[in-house]
Amino acid sequence: MHNVEKKAREPLFHVAKRDRIPLWQSLLIRVVAVLFALLLCTLLAYVLIGPKATPGKFLTQLFEGSFGTERRLWIFGRDTAMLLCLALALTPAFRMRFWNLGADGQALVGALASVYCMFFLGGKLPNGILLLLSLCASILAGAVWALLPAIFKALWGTNESLFTLMMNYIATNLVIFSITKWFYPGKDSMKEMAHGHLPQVYNQHLLVILIVLVLTALMYLYLYRTKHGYEIAVVGESENTARYIGIHVGKVTLRTLILSGAICGLMGFLQVSAFDHSVTAQTIGGLGFTAIMVSWLAKFNPLIMIGTAALISFLDLGGEQISTAFNVNSAIPSIVIGIILFFIIGCEFFINYKIKFRTAPKTKGGAAK
Amino acid sequence: MQKAVALEMKKVSKYFGELAANRDVDLTVYKGEILAVLGENGCGKTTLMNMIAGIYFPDAGQILVDGHEVVIRSPKDAFRHKIGMIHQHFKLVDLFTAAENVVLGIKGEGAYRKKEIGRRVQELADRYGFHLDPQKKIYEMSVSEKQTVEIIKVLYRGADILILDEPTAVLTPQETEKLFAVLRRMRDDGKSILIITHKLHEVLSVSDRVAVLRKGEHIATVETATTSAEELTEMMVGKKVELNIARPEPKNIRDRLEIRGLSMTNAEGIKVLDDVSFTARSGEILGIAGIAGSGQKELLEAIAGLHHLQEGGITYYNPKKDKPITFYHKTFERVMELANEGMLRYADGRDFTGKDGNGKALSKKTIRAQVEAGEVFFKEDEVINLREKTPLQIRELGVRLSFVPEDRLGMGLVGNMDLVDNMMLRSYRRGHSLFVDRKKPRDLAEKIIHDLEVATPNSHTPVRRLSGGNVQKVLVGREISASPTVLMAAYPVRGLDINSSYTIYNLLTEQKESGVAVIFVGEDLDVLVELCDRILVVCGGRVTGVVDGRHTTKEEIGVLMTAHGQAPDTETKEEVEKHA
Repeated sequence: MHNVEKKAREPLFHVAKRDRIPLWQSLLIRVVAVLFALLLCTLLAYVLIGPKATPGKFLTQLFEGSFGTERRLWIFGRDTAMLLCLALALTPAFRMRFWNLGADGQALVGALASVYCMFFLGGKLPNGILLLLSLCASILAGAVWALLPAIFKALWGTNESLFTLMMNYIATNLVIFSITKWFYPGKDSMKEMAHGHLPQVYNQHLLVILIVLVLTALMYLYLYRTKHGYEIAVVGESENTARYIGIHVGKVTLRTLILSGAICGLMGFLQVSAFDHSVTAQTIGGLGFTAIMVSWLAKFNPLIMIGTAALISFLDLGGEQISTAFNVNSAIPSIVIGIILFFIIGCEFFINYKIKFRTAPKTKGGAAK
Repeated sequence: MQKAVALEMKKVSKYFGELAANRDVDLTVYKGEILAVLGENGCGKTTLMNMIAGIYFPDAGQILVDGHEVVIRSPKDAFRHKIGMIHQHFKLVDLFTAAENVVLGIKGEGAYRKKEIGRRVQELADRYGFHLDPQKKIYEMSVSEKQTVEIIKVLYRGADILILDEPTAVLTPQETEKLFAVLRRMRDDGKSILIITHKLHEVLSVSDRVAVLRKGEHIATVETATTSAEELTEMMVGKKVELNIARPEPKNIRDRLEIRGLSMTNAEGIKVLDDVSFTARSGEILGIAGIAGSGQKELLEAIAGLHHLQEGGITYYNPKKDKPITFYHKTFERVMELANEGMLRYADGRDFTGKDGNGKALSKKTIRAQVEAGEVFFKEDEVINLREKTPLQIRELGVRLSFVPEDRLGMGLVGNMDLVDNMMLRSYRRGHSLFVDRKKPRDLAEKIIHDLEVATPNSHTPVRRLSGGNVQKVLVGREISASPTVLMAAYPVRGLDINSSYTIYNLLTEQKESGVAVIFVGEDLDVLVELCDRILVVCGGRVTGVVDGRHTTKEEIGVLMTAHGQAPDTETKEEVEKHA
């Protein structure tokens, strides 16, 4: 027994929770994390790609992806806007602790609904009315897609993550079915449609970007200033409190998910009417999952989400640019994106906790006697 | 002291963030003594003990066992040094027997020989005078039996230093006495007992010495025989405290809330309330006593409309006779309902039925105008059935029912929201605007901070950052601000320091004097007996008696608290007393 006792010593370090951290310190930690990540990325790129990828060139290409030309800048703006739109859609549900993992599917059925309208009614109605009709159809489709899991959750307490996730697959297959059955029988892709194009302001991107920015401001007001937003926050923090003050939890759940799905549907409409003019199973392309991260990183604050959405889009485009510029496969950009996100998310640990190292070395035995 | 030192702590400190839970604490424990560790909630008693038991690791300082410096990093290390802790929340496997729980986690030979283990467990129990059947399953046991298993678990592992964290919180007075007898026997056997508590009379009755902590620091260790409750309180609080609770005679008593034959099962299908009946009266504090988990929580929640009832009625008598009806407390629909029931009249005595003299229905606008001008009065006190009403419906019926739930941050307040947003919980629905109005809640928050002396940086601090006492002041303050006619409070002083506790008692008494029917669920019998006008005792979801707070004793209530399933007749009473 005494042997064990002698061997025991204070651990090298232990972790303690921080009480609160000043804003500048938390920002500093984040900046340091990003710098570390970039440093590691450049080193890694040098090793993996070879001497042509000097740190300077590597970083230049990373930035070129988003800011290299005016066209790239617009694409950066568009990508950010679309991602932000889905993140905004998820946010009310997330603030209520309803883990909606089905933004992809909800946006996809929204896109599909628009395509149905445009495909079958295009040319038969004035463009303005066609667009309005498509918009309503998309919003309705998205809302229904989100409402189904919400009803099951509110009434029978089913797990919403699994349910919303499954709805994605149904949406994907519904699109494939629609294309082969109705749009281009026997084929698995469709041509661009001539009708139902969203009017262009300056170029095809600006109007969409403006719409999403207005939506961001509205969502911020909704969540922080309205009674609905307040109810969402209470339900999310504690269902018991909600019941205690007489909030009908089921009702709030349904209402919020209708909103969440409707905005996803809107995103699908924008994607089709402004850019794609067609639909495939890849129209949303996993953006609904990336949006989860955008929302989380911003701690569910719509205004901060502008920044996080821009960051993710920047990394995506920068990665693509690297893979073209250095003529490497897409694995290396993925690694780069992975490393940077790892550092950004990982540094949250240092914001919430601090590490205490062992102080003075101790003398053993009953020396104090 | 000639006694040998069992354990010594030297300049031990522990920090949580910036907060010092313990700072430079020196503590000596001798062999064969009961040392009470006394202090208010949040003074660092439990943290200090957790460091001895290996739950936390000290940030600074040394711990010596039998004169050797030791490093305790886990409960396993603690057992190696013959230290064992009995936690407030039991850590037992419900489906196992007592003996199985005792050997759970012990590696080595013989750990699975049931008979042998049973015999040794029985031996330990007999040695110190526990009543325990080693083959009984945990789920069949009472709270005090479970505690016994926890203690034997620690003894079985050979502990010589036992730490008990608030062991009496869940026990009746009689069970407490039994536990103390066992502890004394263990002391005489040479064990060191550390008992964490904040109840003074227990300290005085069981301990040999008392170590007093205040705000994480060790104030003094004194011989129990040479000290008094007053002196200890002064050391705990840091200043002299009046330990008296005022109890003015109730005035204008009227029935306010009548509960008849209430029965309810919980989500697991267990009957938690069984035929509960009582009446709460205005101008009175009705105490509810009982062992923790006897249905107190469910009872209050049922009244507040949070549960579905199997049987029974809840009737509310609204003292509205000859008072004007207002839209402040009633919806338009409710006014029309009352009009149709013939409950309303005009000032001159004519019935208000929502129709004019010729039997023609008045327009909505006219009715609104008349009500708002205060021309419509109640004929009689309004009788409202609260059965199967949701909290929202209860409010819409104009019943001013305030409820301070047991779970403050999980039900009464939202921990991550600031004071202002927490103030709005009850009132945010007011008005037709889509947006919330934060001005009034902000004023209310400022008022409560000022009136109740809430220690907070400002009204935009999340309430979870406040200390327990301040959290409770915020909650009680909000509930009282709604000027209730019924105020229900479940364990409102749990975890509060002495000063905050007395603030809360005074607030309750103030409410009573202003004519509110106060229902107070408490755990400290001394307080219940001093504060309440009547005390309702519950046991296993049944009412076992209602006693007059002015003429009862702790012992009488203690007997009722354990009178399982039956009305208290004299026979059982005597029987239990004989045992005790």
